[in-house]
Amino acid sequence: MTANTITTVGIRNRNFRLLRKVSRPSRIIQPMAVVLAMLLLLGIPFWIIVVTAGKSTADARDPNLSLPGHWELAQNLATAFTQGNMGIALLGSLLLLVPSVFGVLLLGAMASWILARRKSRGVSIAYTIGISGVIVPPAVVTIVLLLREIGLQGTAIGMIGVYMGMYLSTVIFFVTGFIRTIPVELEEAARVDGARPITVFFRIIVPLLGPVLATATILVALFIWNDVFYALFVVGGQLDTLPLNLYQVASSGLYLQNWNLIFAYVLIMTLPMLLVFIIAQRRIISGVTSGAVK
Amino acid sequence: MPHIQRNEPPRGQSRPATARSTHPIWFVVPAFFVLTVFFLVPTLLNFVYSFTNWSSFKTSIDFTGVDNFTQLFSSGNLVADLRTTIIYAILVAVFQNVFGFALALLLERDTRLNRIARAAFFVPVIMSALAVGYVFQAILEPTGALNSILGFITGQSVNIPWLGSTTWTIVVVTLIHGWKWMGLAMLIYLAGLKTINGDVLEAARIDGASWLQTLQSIRFPLLAPAITFNVATSLLGSMNSFDIVQATTQGGPGGSTELLNIYIFRNFGEGLFGEATAMSLILLVLVMALAFPLIWSLRRRERIL
Repeated sequence: MTANTITTVGIRNRNFRLLRKVSRPSRIIQPMAVVLAMLLLLGIPFWIIVVTAGKSTADARDPNLSLPGHWELAQNLATAFTQGNMGIALLGSLLLLVPSVFGVLLLGAMASWILARRKSRGVSIAYTIGISGVIVPPAVVTIVLLLREIGLQGTAIGMIGVYMGMYLSTVIFFVTGFIRTIPVELEEAARVDGARPITVFFRIIVPLLGPVLATATILVALFIWNDVFYALFVVGGQLDTLPLNLYQVASSGLYLQNWNLIFAYVLIMTLPMLLVFIIAQRRIISGVTSGAVK
Repeated sequence: MPHIQRNEPPRGQSRPATARSTHPIWFVVPAFFVLTVFFLVPTLLNFVYSFTNWSSFKTSIDFTGVDNFTQLFSSGNLVADLRTTIIYAILVAVFQNVFGFALALLLERDTRLNRIARAAFFVPVIMSALAVGYVFQAILEPTGALNSILGFITGQSVNIPWLGSTTWTIVVVTLIHGWKWMGLAMLIYLAGLKTINGDVLEAARIDGASWLQTLQSIRFPLLAPAITFNVATSLLGSMNSFDIVQATTQGGPGGSTELLNIYIFRNFGEGLFGEATAMSLILLVLVMALAFPLIWSLRRRERIL
């Protein structure tokens, strides 16, 4: 009986290996397809960015795949940096990014803790309102009206408030779901020892939120770093950010055909995010996909 | 276990541990203050100011009823921009998901090359959409890179105005949009494929199921949550888009790629705040009207499968 089972398994395994062997050609075709897809879909656009950013203005008028006759990458990067005011724009982008991300995480996590733990009709209504921004698009025109009324139009504080208002819902949605999976007994143990709510929150809850806060940081930072639409309405012409200055450089007639400078600008602007991505690749990929497939 | 400070008197012990004292409501106050001022109040104001003649040319703001909407309707902008936005969103959802799913299937096995390729296809996702738009504008110019490549292959000079057709440019622009976001869809489909039990697939293979059969009757149904997420986010997200269109066509040619947000931006710039607000309300209603039935029906399908 046992011997019989073993032979059946043996035959099955052999059949299975045969099946695998049949699909051998795909082991050569698959890597070739991957390389081809990367060359066509990514290689060509990225190649064009780099060679065009290295060309002279005349050479770059009609962007193509050819190498520059004479590499001027360093000069173009320097010109784009100074003419696009990239130093100030970088500071402006960080000035908006850092407080917005920090604020939205702190305020969002605090609210989520209560919304996850307390159960009443009022709390569930508050939760629904709290996550409404996940779907509802921000009312960008009346945001400007309101900011004018309260004197924050065109200011960094106004823009930070708008970014926080837009992303609090996402943070509350992610963090509340996460806190519900943390056993409440952990808090109770601390409370028995006399910890106040604020201590419980910062000493027990916050240290456990690492993964979900990382996800939220990535999503919010990626959005704010690249945002140009809301920035055009709120701080356009008042504050320099990297995307706003790219928009100005590219849409002012002076640079209409200066693809070399525009692409040099794109290169510099993409570099910080690319470095962050390379360093924190695993974190970012698992962060972005978490929550999506549950 | 995190260390707990004990330098304060144990106050909680004497009182019963009610929700009010253990999870005080003031923790939600700062978040809801910011949410109210910067999100909820502007959204409510959107409903009010859509019915006013608010503009940069007048000092007073008066109620004008549905004038803005009849204006938008009679000028044809309302119907045209709504149509464009919906077509744009559908095309983006199709391209983003088809590309993303194809990449996920191609890069499913955990080989070194596949891991590198997955990271590479994610790079467009972290790039600025505005920058992506400018890059493709340069590539798609009549004298740009794509035509020179096609010319090289065909041996004749090619001068296709990729961004100059009132019919096909919207397809080209949504292809760019799909290209930018396909890496995200790919990652979510890959994560979905990972959750499928290997034993089930192996059993099917032993029973003689082909690759296509397992894809169709096992993997595709089990990917329902990933499909829900991807379709919902790409459809709803692209209705609110602006950057790629502004960088490539600015709504042209002939208004054929004019999304609601492009209209809002242009009219705001011209000082016609009332009309821009009215269009913003239409975007809000459109997204809400599609979001609830979409999420509900996709969720229901998930449960059935």
